[in-house]
Amino acid sequence: MMRRLLLFACALALPLAACAQDASVQVVPPDLHGSRQLEVLTATSVVRDYLESWKAFRTALNQNAPQALSEDFVGTALTRLSDTIAQQSKLGLHTRYTDRSHRLQIVFYSPDGLSLQIIDHVDYDEQVMQGATVIATQPVQARYVVVLTPSQTRWQVRIFQAATE
Amino acid sequence: MSLGRAFLLAGPALLAAPLLLAQSPSMNLPAQVPAGSAFSVPTSGSGQGTLTIVGPGQALRQSVQLGSPVSVAAGVLYSAGEYVAILSSGSDEQVGQFEVTPAQQPSTLSFLAEPSRLPVDLQNGISGTVYVSDVYHNLILKPMPVSFNLSDSAGPSQTRTVITRDGVAWTRMNSASKEGSAHFVAQVGGVTTTRVIDEVPGDPCNLSMTATPDKGKALLQTAPVRDCSGNPIPDGTVVTFTASFSGRQSTVDVPLKRDVAEVEMPLPPGATVSVASGVVAGNEIHWSGR
Repeated sequence: MMRRLLLFACALALPLAACAQDASVQVVPPDLHGSRQLEVLTATSVVRDYLESWKAFRTALNQNAPQALSEDFVGTALTRLSDTIAQQSKLGLHTRYTDRSHRLQIVFYSPDGLSLQIIDHVDYDEQVMQGATVIATQPVQARYVVVLTPSQTRWQVRIFQAATE
Repeated sequence: MSLGRAFLLAGPALLAAPLLLAQSPSMNLPAQVPAGSAFSVPTSGSGQGTLTIVGPGQALRQSVQLGSPVSVAAGVLYSAGEYVAILSSGSDEQVGQFEVTPAQQPSTLSFLAEPSRLPVDLQNGISGTVYVSDVYHNLILKPMPVSFNLSDSAGPSQTRTVITRDGVAWTRMNSASKEGSAHFVAQVGGVTTTRVIDEVPGDPCNLSMTATPDKGKALLQTAPVRDCSGNPIPDGTVVTFTASFSGRQSTVDVPLKRDVAEVEMPLPPGATVSVASGVVAGNEIHWSGR
């Protein structure tokens, strides 16, 4: 078991260094309550794709560009973020999310391998802007519950829901 | 300057200070608001202002009469998550943060049952995963009991109750011993979702054949082919008869018809004939010609 966890940590070290250009990322070894065994390669891909989705999220909400979401988000998460972008545009707002740190853990892998859940404790700044003017900046600490499902080439975020830490 | 005179000059300014401060907007945000419910935010200050609420889940703005509570109507803010609220009036503003929590009542179950078709008598062969959401499609994170039930024509149904963790619960069930459609039901707080699973016969069990002479040939015929639970194997399942003689081999594939496969083969005395279906091998007969 320890060997697997060590392998997991090592396997993640390189991709995370590439993904997390700004935010610090800590990956806690999985604590699965599903029955399916999580392969190291799967875990690495999931974490990499999830962190990639944060890039898309930042870009889309800052530029009010829903098309930036299409590769990384599906289902409820895609609909919800797209709706938010439409609402922001209508109000003349855009939002700059700057994630400072992620501490994430894979907590569920469904027996059929068709869904996987991550808990991510995120520290970020939410900056609400009107044009180039910053209206408000709020530091946020949140516990994100994220459900990902596999597509042909990557894991996509299907549920992206925050709660207070 | 005497103390009394100084007080007379400074006093009005000191008294006016709280009044001036009272002009800038402030609000008393709730820490949490249930999704879709009406709520109000008491404000202080005077004049007109706006309340802007922005988060990954929604963005909205509402006009405010400072000094009066801002009412957000039911159904307006429904997407669970963290929000930043900005109360502004002119160049003054107050910023706060609050959480929209999922509604407590489940409304939708995303129920994934796998596989949709499987052989009978398979231990833990069926899996079910349920994500529990409220009417606004927010994942309900508080633990809730999910009742899984698998019923079929074979007999007593299997039931398990699993508590959700962060909105998800899962289970495994055995397939029944008799073929047919099974109903796999997930239920949470009065919300029910059903999936139908086809339980089909397993591999043939105890495959056997007989050989009888028939007009100079051998008539090879299987006994009714069934799986190990006694379910008939579906018509069309291929049974292979193989005859060997003097190092030569001939093979005939025959589909099952009404549980039985039969074929006439020209067999010289001394030939050996065997029967198989898929990976299951049956008996072997040494043909004497009689």
